[in-house]
Amino acid sequence: MRNAIEVVNVSKSFGAIKAVDNVSFTVKEGEIFGFLGPNGAGKTTTMRMITGLIKPDSGVIRIFGVDILRDHIKAKQLMGILPEMSNAYIDLSAWDNLMLVGGLYGVPKKICEERGERLLKQFKLFDRRNQLVKGFSKGMKQRLLVCMALIHEPILLLLDEPTSGLDVESTILIREVLKKLNENGVTVFITTHNMDEASRLCERVAIMHHGKIIVTDTVDNVRDKTERFKILEVIFDKAADFTELASLSVNGDFNVSGERVRVVVEDVDSVVNRIVDYARNNSIRIISLNTLSPSLEEAFIKLTGS
Amino acid sequence: MSDSSSYYLNQFKRSLLIVKKNVKVYYSKGPVIIFGVVLPMFLFLAYFIGRNISLHEAFPGLLGMTVFFSSTSVGPTIAPWESRLKTLERLICSPISLWSIFLGDVLSSFLFGFLISLIPLILGLILEVAFINYFLIVGVLILGTMCFSAFSILLSAYPPSDMPSTIMMLTSLIRFPLIFISGVFAPLSALPSWGIILSSISPLTYFVDLTRVALGGGNYYPLYLDLIILAVVGVLFFIVAVSIHKHTILKRFS
Repeated sequence: MRNAIEVVNVSKSFGAIKAVDNVSFTVKEGEIFGFLGPNGAGKTTTMRMITGLIKPDSGVIRIFGVDILRDHIKAKQLMGILPEMSNAYIDLSAWDNLMLVGGLYGVPKKICEERGERLLKQFKLFDRRNQLVKGFSKGMKQRLLVCMALIHEPILLLLDEPTSGLDVESTILIREVLKKLNENGVTVFITTHNMDEASRLCERVAIMHHGKIIVTDTVDNVRDKTERFKILEVIFDKAADFTELASLSVNGDFNVSGERVRVVVEDVDSVVNRIVDYARNNSIRIISLNTLSPSLEEAFIKLTGS
Repeated sequence: MSDSSSYYLNQFKRSLLIVKKNVKVYYSKGPVIIFGVVLPMFLFLAYFIGRNISLHEAFPGLLGMTVFFSSTSVGPTIAPWESRLKTLERLICSPISLWSIFLGDVLSSFLFGFLISLIPLILGLILEVAFINYFLIVGVLILGTMCFSAFSILLSAYPPSDMPSTIMMLTSLIRFPLIFISGVFAPLSALPSWGIILSSISPLTYFVDLTRVALGGGNYYPLYLDLIILAVVGVLFFIVAVSIHKHTILKRFS
């Protein structure tokens, strides 16, 4: 499988401030990759370097093997971009905006018109296609921007906070389309503050902090990495004297509430076996047994201290 | 077709899309057109009325002011507007070179300046201003409008502001003095030597000098020199403007 994005030892400073410090990561073709980090972490600077907007001080960025510095036109042609600081032309209609962007990507007029019609219908903007964008709501503008990013049918989509501040309908619509595009082979690179969105959409994430990548892994692994200990929650069929189980806790955290027991453990496998033995020895049945991992949001807060 | 000629052709096609966008977004607005026509007319009338000069003598000045003001009226505000309305980053993320974007701005400015300048030209013909060389006047109009259009994007290059009003104020500070030192209100031959030296820094001087030739009047500089200077200065304005924009573009997004 090819690498859709390769970022190799990239650094960028603005005066004395090192915005991006020797960052390396890859995004594989066909995946949805989340790029997370608190404000000022260097996400937008990294995104702008990937999109060829600014040049890195050092390092290499390749889009499907094309060096963005050496051939930025060819690299940009492969990408559909929704920049953070972006807007459609408010004095143009939705249709004119789409045709302008399609033309800039070299899409022949007839194909551009066919795609424009399909996209505007898909994003529920077709009836408003001839209306000036200045009359659009934020959600409609954002949907139009996504249409503009898709008009040339890119194989890589880079989206900076695509659903930030949007209404529920627009958010769901954009997420559904992104999922569908990804199923059809489009690689999606998404920066977001929304951990719930990252959890739902992304297969892998990178978390950036103070200009450095502090973790790159699958969403589940990022959650696991941040919490060496897990909370094991067991629900028995009846309440009993559970004090014997307190010794299973690695840090003393042990909580009983009726027939439910929560204990903090390190080695889940051995503890589960001991709980099963305990239940058998005391003629108690186990109704359910869960390990509670931290959410991505909790992991993010723990990793970044934000 | 070679790779490089295909590249330049594609980029030029994209410049034409920028022209189309600029015409729709900026130049087709009523106030812009009225301002482009009215301001030079008023300046001209303020100078012309009550003075004992013929329309024939004053015409190069009128044409010079119209070309200069119309081709620099909107161009300087495009980059600040697009920074403010957050459309510039979207544009730059597209597979279009910075020079193509600004070439589009220059061409749209040229189109507007040229069409507006036809108004005094036609008015002059109706009022029987006698041109001795029609090819020269059209050629001069094209060359001059192109040069001033390139000047218009240089005016927006620094400071990299997202405030069109700031840029317009700075633009006026540059444009009005240039009008007064360019032989618009008096032929170069009537200026003192320090005035001639001062006027030589303004490209408008060479435009007005050429217009006087087309009207059968005396030119101060040789014809070829006027033409070369207008062409070279126009190209230089464009190169310097793109170069400055390239270095300052990021500041527009912060």
